[in-house]
Amino acid sequence: MLSLDMFWNRVIPALNEGLFFSLSLIIPSAVIGFLGGVCIGALRVYAPPAVRRIADFHVGVIRGVPLLLQLYFLYYALPKWGVRFSPYQAALLGFILCSSAYHSEYIRGALLSIRQGQVKAAYALGFSTLQMALCIVIPQAVRRALPGCGNEIIYLIKYSSLAYVLTFIELTGHAKELTARSFHYIEIYFTAGMYYLAMTSLAAWLLGLLEKKTRIPGFGAQK
Amino acid sequence: MNEATQQTPVLEARNIGKSLGGRPILSDLSLSVYKGEMKVLIGPSGAGKSTFLQCLNHLITPDTGELLLNGERISPANKGELRSLRERVGMIFQDFNLFDHLTAQENVSIALVKVKKMSRRDASLRAMMELERVGLSRRAGLYPAELSGGQKQRVAIARALAMDPEVILLDEPTSALDPELVGEVLAAIRELARGGMTMIMATHQMDFARALATEILFMEKGAIIERGAPASLLAPGAKTRTQAFFARLVAEESAC
Repeated sequence: MLSLDMFWNRVIPALNEGLFFSLSLIIPSAVIGFLGGVCIGALRVYAPPAVRRIADFHVGVIRGVPLLLQLYFLYYALPKWGVRFSPYQAALLGFILCSSAYHSEYIRGALLSIRQGQVKAAYALGFSTLQMALCIVIPQAVRRALPGCGNEIIYLIKYSSLAYVLTFIELTGHAKELTARSFHYIEIYFTAGMYYLAMTSLAAWLLGLLEKKTRIPGFGAQK
Repeated sequence: MNEATQQTPVLEARNIGKSLGGRPILSDLSLSVYKGEMKVLIGPSGAGKSTFLQCLNHLITPDTGELLLNGERISPANKGELRSLRERVGMIFQDFNLFDHLTAQENVSIALVKVKKMSRRDASLRAMMELERVGLSRRAGLYPAELSGGQKQRVAIARALAMDPEVILLDEPTSALDPELVGEVLAAIRELARGGMTMIMATHQMDFARALATEILFMEKGAIIERGAPASLLAPGAKTRTQAFFARLVAEESAC
């Protein structure tokens, strides 16, 4: 049995440090990944066919190859071509690419669900395509995509643990190191699990709040 | 020559043609509308009225023909000219097409800010003025989903008017409305006509057309097959297609 003293003075501080490193990956990946997803999603609907195909191909590759393999590629293969990332940079880049690809799919679906009449009305008033997308369609599509995008952010919180394989020691990494020294697998992994559960619960709560804040009477899914 | 034909038409369409998948849907349509006139397009569903109207502001690109706005030829390939055409030609749609995420007031003001580059303050004031004009200033803060169909269409009219268009295209503005809401929208359009607004309107409201049209154009299978003043086309006993169409609409209505 793990002593209470060791739990409070060794395990919790180490996991807290891991939590800090995890958050340093999750928060920028979530924000940049979401914004990138909106851009890629919009390109996949409104860009000229050539650009659209490139964006579709990009998303196809990112979604179609295991994330773990992509991370290995970024960290271990790219240096052979002279592109060097720190473990943090490689993990962050991998997560942003992955997250934005999934977000773009939710955004694309939401963009397509906006009634075409509103697009016509915007053009009829003299809007450019960019203005139409930015002022009319994207604000509505983002609201409609929020539940899906929230799902992706929760998923991101969990797959951030893959950074461990690039020697970036975040929450899971710290837990693993603690068990390697103390062999208290049950207590340590259970506690680390609670940390993740706390993060995902907090994220779910914040996303629900955001959905409520941006809700428009009679628009989108009503509760 | 009468006085009207000596002026330049506000909007002139010459020989507009459009095919879809090899099948012609508009053939050789021409129309000139002068300041303060109301042209009314009537005809059965599928006649091409809506397509024709959308060719007039290039929401649909016609295959052939040309458009002149105040005598100036528009080259729609030029994005600037295309946008200025649309800015100067207002459009009212059958199903309103309000922006769902904006309040009534924002629906009216957004194009003033984005297209006309007005300040937000001026745009909001102007939007309030236009909503007042269609009797909706007290609904300014409501979202489209909170408005009735008639109110939505009046917001759409205010949105078009705020742009100070030279001509407004109306695509069956009352067809999606419950019968008891048709009156308020027609009243708003009547008010526009009284104010001298130039309009081209597709409608099935024959009484309205008879009362307000300068000219009725009867369309069938993508062509204008009859045109003339309502007094002559709808004269009692006139053997015109328009008259026959009108009689059938009345018969169908009374059969319901």
